[in-house]
Amino acid sequence: MDLILILEQTLNGVQLGMLLFLLTAGLTLVFGIMDLVNLAHGSLYMMGAYFFATFTRLTGSFLLGAVLALVATLILGIVVEIVALRRLYARDHLDHVLGTFGLILFFNEAARLVWGPAGMSIPLPPYLARAIEILPGVPYSAYKASIIVVGLAVAGFLYWLVGRTRIGMLIRAGASNREMVGALGVNIRLLFTLVFGLGAALAGLAGVMDAPIRTVQIGMGENILILAFVVVVIGGIGSIRGAFVASILVGLIDVMGRAFLPELLKLFMTPIAASTAAPAISSMLIYVAMAGVLVFRPEGLFPARGG
Amino acid sequence: MKYALLAAASALALAVQPAAAQIKIGFISTFTGPQAAIGNDMRDSANLALEHLGGKMGGKDVQIVYEDDTFRPEVGKQKTDKLIQQDRVDIVTGFIWSNVLLASYKSVLDAGKILISANAGPSQLAGDQCHENFFSASWQNDQTPMAMGEAMNRKGIKKLYIMSPNYAAGRDMAEGVKSTFKGELVGQDLTKWPDQLDFAAELSKVRAARPDALFVFYPGAHGVQILTQYNQSGLKGTVPLYAAYTIDALSLPLQKEQALGVLGTQHWVNDLNNPANQKFVGDFRKKHGGKFPSFYGQQSYDAVMLIASAVQAVNGNAGDVAGMRAALRKANFQSTRGAFKFGSNHFPIQNFYLQETVKLADGTLSLKTVDTVFTAHQDLHAGKCPMKW
Repeated sequence: MDLILILEQTLNGVQLGMLLFLLTAGLTLVFGIMDLVNLAHGSLYMMGAYFFATFTRLTGSFLLGAVLALVATLILGIVVEIVALRRLYARDHLDHVLGTFGLILFFNEAARLVWGPAGMSIPLPPYLARAIEILPGVPYSAYKASIIVVGLAVAGFLYWLVGRTRIGMLIRAGASNREMVGALGVNIRLLFTLVFGLGAALAGLAGVMDAPIRTVQIGMGENILILAFVVVVIGGIGSIRGAFVASILVGLIDVMGRAFLPELLKLFMTPIAASTAAPAISSMLIYVAMAGVLVFRPEGLFPARGG
Repeated sequence: MKYALLAAASALALAVQPAAAQIKIGFISTFTGPQAAIGNDMRDSANLALEHLGGKMGGKDVQIVYEDDTFRPEVGKQKTDKLIQQDRVDIVTGFIWSNVLLASYKSVLDAGKILISANAGPSQLAGDQCHENFFSASWQNDQTPMAMGEAMNRKGIKKLYIMSPNYAAGRDMAEGVKSTFKGELVGQDLTKWPDQLDFAAELSKVRAARPDALFVFYPGAHGVQILTQYNQSGLKGTVPLYAAYTIDALSLPLQKEQALGVLGTQHWVNDLNNPANQKFVGDFRKKHGGKFPSFYGQQSYDAVMLIASAVQAVNGNAGDVAGMRAALRKANFQSTRGAFKFGSNHFPIQNFYLQETVKLADGTLSLKTVDTVFTAHQDLHAGKCPMKW
């Protein structure tokens, strides 16, 4: 087997993992700390992408558009939390699912009204649209490489924020015992709003990073949200570290399955059967992995400590 | 008294029964979600056809009932049942997706009505499952990629890599290219449809396989993604791209300059030089702010014109299915693709052209005919169809 191809596919897997991590970090924070099942996380990802497309078009700058889109998604997240989600905390998970599913429909329809059904594309600036040589003779998309860098930077930032700062300490405490933190005089409401805003901004960042690759369209959040939930379950609910490891794991399984399974199956099947079976099996692989984790470590690979 | 009232009421009900006074056409397409742009283009074109007909066929008023399949086979089937049972349409047309058509066609044909596909052309319906009441106003799925394979032979391509989605049309397309391409197939990927949007793994394999060309089939919104990722992967300078149903008037505004120079094949290009086409393209652009119609629109326009020719032949008596069928088989109308004949399986025998994305003088991107690849081409499955007429 070609070593360069394996290296390239590993990078592809890590890149997909980083994208998933950006999305999942916010989801697992909200899920773990606020105990809120937020199906509308994918909608925030979509809104981030739409904001990005709009601001890039208005300002003519890729980077400025990205920054404005992040701010806009942060504000949107806070508004959604205050207007809609606060009413759901006291209720059970089924109500969360119902309420946030309603938000998905709302955001999809809103996007259709504002931006129309056709979707938008974002051209990359020349410095990102080219391929760079990461090793002699191994070209790799500069933009995909930048996704890996941004993902790692966000992972580092979150590690610092949650592990080394006072807000992080409160977040961890809130995840372990919400009532006790409230009893100690911490404004839990404000903390939740901040956490949700942070989660929204991360979802927005995922949307921004993904937009030039996948193009911006209505409903783009729903497919990837399923993957994000798989990552949360594998990584352990509420655990940033778990989300990081599980994202890369899921990214690698997905890409490697698509890359090498057809070849593998051809060893003992007819080529036609292999090329039909391989896409089906490779799309199942991550769910098989999730089922395996659920059997052997029901709390996920890195369960958040405490209650 | 009671009976008199009842009798009067039923007489009244009979009198307002509109079925005889009006031709009703059911039209299934996708009007929501990312693929809605296709459905809207089809609807705009069908409405334009109706406008050109003065809203009448065979002297009767025409109503088109549009239904949304939401891109899902099971919904398409429900909507088809609704058109047949509730709206009692005379004829059903539309259908973008082969899998939606395959799920729905029985509902129409079992009710003894005529079905005209305005896009999907699955091999099953062209071969042993062909039906006397099923017609295609488009093409059989294999034909366009067969033309692509032939065009690549002419370009001297020896090693080919194929990427297409893993559903009925995606597999048909790959088989179509393979049937005419004379060089070596160095690799093939079927990707998950419709939710796989990231093609990094496949594109890396393409690079490693070092082919002379890459053939892709990614219709609708996916066409934007494959083109964007192909450009970002750095393959552009080394492995030229050939695309079927991937670059069209709908995806071009999103694909922009990335599509320049990419070659494709199609049975119709917007610059084809015949009066019916010039009228269609010209009026469509006038009505929609300079926007070009896509081939989906062209087929919908032709489907409505084809229906009109048959309704005309039976003097507006759309209930006369045998008469309609005989008239449809003649394809006696001014097609925007130029004159064509139906094969024994009711699929058109038609030309296929090589097209290229170019920048027009005013800066807009459009498709241009470069060459005629096939003249009067018939699909491979016609021989398997037992129908004789």
